[in-house]
Amino acid sequence: MAGTATLDSPAEAVPIATTLEDLLLYHEISQFIYREARLQDDHQYDAWEALWADDALYWVPANGDDSIDPDHEMSIIYDNRSRIALRIRQLHTGRRWAQEPRSNLRRTISNVEVTIAGNGDVHANANGIIYESHPRGDVVWAAQFKYVLRRIDGGLRMARKTVLLPNNDTALWSMAFLV
Amino acid sequence: MATVAMTVPTTIPDLRALILNDRVHGSLYTDARNFERELEQIWYKTWVYVGHESEIPNPNDFVMKSIGPQPILMTRDKAGQIHLLQNRCAHRGNVVCVKQKGNAKLFSCSFHNWTFSNNGDLVGYAFPEGYRDNPAADKSKLGLGKVPRMASYKGFVFGSFAADGPSLEEHLGGAAEMLDRLCVNGPEGEVELGCGFLQHKVKANWKFVVENETDGYHPAFTHSSIFGVADSGIGGLYADKSTALARDYGNGHTEMDLRPEFRKFDEPMRWFGTTPEKLPDYVDKMSAAYGSEKARTIMIDGTPHAMIYPNLFIAEIQLFVIQAVSVDETIQHVTPIQFKGAPDINRRLRQQTMGSVGPAGFLLADDASMYEGCHAGVKSKNPEWVFLGRGEQRETRDEDNYRVSHITDETPSRGIWRHYLQLMEAE
Repeated sequence: MAGTATLDSPAEAVPIATTLEDLLLYHEISQFIYREARLQDDHQYDAWEALWADDALYWVPANGDDSIDPDHEMSIIYDNRSRIALRIRQLHTGRRWAQEPRSNLRRTISNVEVTIAGNGDVHANANGIIYESHPRGDVVWAAQFKYVLRRIDGGLRMARKTVLLPNNDTALWSMAFLV
Repeated sequence: MATVAMTVPTTIPDLRALILNDRVHGSLYTDARNFERELEQIWYKTWVYVGHESEIPNPNDFVMKSIGPQPILMTRDKAGQIHLLQNRCAHRGNVVCVKQKGNAKLFSCSFHNWTFSNNGDLVGYAFPEGYRDNPAADKSKLGLGKVPRMASYKGFVFGSFAADGPSLEEHLGGAAEMLDRLCVNGPEGEVELGCGFLQHKVKANWKFVVENETDGYHPAFTHSSIFGVADSGIGGLYADKSTALARDYGNGHTEMDLRPEFRKFDEPMRWFGTTPEKLPDYVDKMSAAYGSEKARTIMIDGTPHAMIYPNLFIAEIQLFVIQAVSVDETIQHVTPIQFKGAPDINRRLRQQTMGSVGPAGFLLADDASMYEGCHAGVKSKNPEWVFLGRGEQRETRDEDNYRVSHITDETPSRGIWRHYLQLMEAE
């Protein structure tokens, strides 16, 4: 794959976007991530589900970062495409009590970085702070989001989204909204 | 700071007036003084499940566990002996271990470098000259605190802060059979816990959590969303027409006995929502280990749905440890059951556990809303009582003289509260 340099390896760090092409890509990726965030905050479940590619993986690790092997260690969420669909169907029943009433959410996304760009998938990272208002009380969640985005039929789709909660090694309140 | 007028009575309420056979007073879940008494009378006295031997398989392994709000360091020393230690330097009280798990012969306090062996002994303090000829600085008296009693049953390690009292076997009583029944579902007869724990906290009293684990009345309603959209066979087990049973083993231990339903269908692995064809390696190993006839019986009956009082819950495919943190905060630590020597079923156990439990789980997030809703609800003063009378009129005794009733009956809750009253009133 062309352009597989990553920001994580300093020796071959991707240059900060300088060409018009870089800037357009950065803009497109950022707008995609903001849109995904808004759909989650607004509980637009179907529109959010439509952002996923068929081979999707939605992963929220526990007890560490994405170096953990999710096939052997417990994760908070480790959904393939069909399990994402199940999650959405459950939310649509109106009897997913952990989201009845739904959490009132508003999240801020920042620190968007395109880490791998080329002819194939685009890898991007972002940080987010999610404010959740819930009958139990208000919760502030923090996360790093790692995306693998793919062009399908002219649009971007999520092939993989990893959500790294910095406190995922501690006891967490229920998190039944889309993160 | 302004003082707040206190309207609460200054004496501890008479529990006998608050715990009746078919109802309990709502304040028992929300009264902070009652929680302090529970710590002394239950969590720091009776046998409490701490961890599993397989979590520290090698010499010098350690893992951080808890008994109620107190962290407990579970270690295996170089000789293989397991210890339950308190994470508190005998000098000024600093925690000596800040890692969740690992391998260490020694724990050195970062404050003044007092160093302890993984059996709790103080092996050295820094600049010892300052303690020379000081009899109070006798090293043998300055080790890490130990949980006075520790005992293990089939790898399940329990601790008791009471130096004297019933043995673990006496405490478990007939409920030990449920742990046997769990282990026998492994081809080597052993459970291994090695997948890490999810920690899910709820703003609710721990007793709501314990009671819910063997409440067979709620699944049809609390979990109707996932039963409706997933192809799950669980719903029928807890239906009005189910033949499954609720059982009270005494000592607070209770069970949802699903075997009558599984035996009715007589299909191996139905309990796990699958068929022998999907798990050929596991089925072969079970038949080789137990003989095909006994293996078939085991694989029809499946694993138990067992609540070992006060904090160990086996939910067929996963193990929960309930931690009472404060009067209105409880943590459920949950990990998939894994059987030694059974990789194909273990993989599915992990996958199913991950979907169903933890903060985002298809099942447990909804249970959490019930615990939290009940905790919030009982703060309303009228009616004062929580009614637990379901099925009292049709409760019977089984051949071992344990109370049993229809799966949806509140026999388990009544048993839990009977034992609670005994513990709370004990000297």
